[in-house]
Amino acid sequence: MAEEGIKAVSVLYCGVCTFPPEYCEFGGTLAKCKEWLEDAHPDVYSRIYSEDSLAKTTEGLSLEAKEKVEREIQKLQAKEATKAEKELKKKLASKVIVKRVERSKRKHVIAVSGLEVFGIDPKKLAKTFASKFATGASVTKNVEGKDEIIIQGDVGDEVEDYVTSLLEEKGLDGIKVERTEDKPKKKTQQ
Amino acid sequence: MFKKFTAKEDIHSRTNVKSSVQRGLKTKLVEQFPKLESVIDDIIPKKGQLIVIKCTDRLSLYTMDNEVLFLQRFDDPFIPSLRLIHKYPNCFPSVKVDRGAIKFILSGANIMCPGLTSKGASLPEEDYPVGTVVAIFAEGKETALAVGKLAMSIGEIKKVNKGIGIEVETHLGDGLWSLELD
Repeated sequence: MAEEGIKAVSVLYCGVCTFPPEYCEFGGTLAKCKEWLEDAHPDVYSRIYSEDSLAKTTEGLSLEAKEKVEREIQKLQAKEATKAEKELKKKLASKVIVKRVERSKRKHVIAVSGLEVFGIDPKKLAKTFASKFATGASVTKNVEGKDEIIIQGDVGDEVEDYVTSLLEEKGLDGIKVERTEDKPKKKTQQ
Repeated sequence: MFKKFTAKEDIHSRTNVKSSVQRGLKTKLVEQFPKLESVIDDIIPKKGQLIVIKCTDRLSLYTMDNEVLFLQRFDDPFIPSLRLIHKYPNCFPSVKVDRGAIKFILSGANIMCPGLTSKGASLPEEDYPVGTVVAIFAEGKETALAVGKLAMSIGEIKKVNKGIGIEVETHLGDGLWSLELD
């Protein structure tokens, strides 16, 4: 086995659940995995999901046990499906907020929040903003305890454009990017 | 063990490994997994830069090119990552579980002896002692689904046939599997 020149085996991973395709059936998103595999690798698909290989795997089980397993798998899949749906709904319902905050009369900072729902890494985005606009950009926690990107300078328009294009790239077009303005109230002197 | 594992909360620091340390590491790895000897230079090329990521609970992950190769808790033996096992399936000691056990392993359970001794399963001929790191394969599948550490020696598993036989370290779909480094 361990002779000279063992080659690395490259294993195919499912594009939907990241498991090797053999294990897709345990992942809960079997229907989608099957679709993907049939599309992307028809040869592997026919090998795994062909009639006789299916028969082989369930050979040793009694009819009752088979039914039970099937029911359980279905339940699991239904669960996963509702979960995915919920997540999508949540995504569609939430929005990115680009806030313009006045610092002094002529100077503003831009605060971007609501990114975490869309799986965007705030730290990385802050870095890209910083180099894109040649300003300072940092990640801080806002009042609600969520991450927020603070960008120095009045670059709201550019940020909005960039975020929209970023979301579109992720296939999430139709997400609202909302602009708001925030002027700190003047402190009344006592 | 990797049930809850997120890059943000559990990773403390990442540092480059010195090349001298890297060399020592390679000898240690070959010592632990003699079969790796012929491929160790492919896994960790001489010029490659190994990065060690320190996590909570004294856990270190050895990574290269943003892929976890090995993990190690404190000074315990190295544990190869699943993706590495997929690449070199024959280089590690391995056991095979029956089909019924797959479901439980993938949800994070340790492996009970009956799952290793039943008809669909198979144990190696050699008698590995307690604590040996083994790759876990499954009946009818070609790829490994978990990595674990023997909680009993192979002989004991066969004899006692009760209770936990292998402690699963990492399995398909856990926090380490879905960990994305950049």
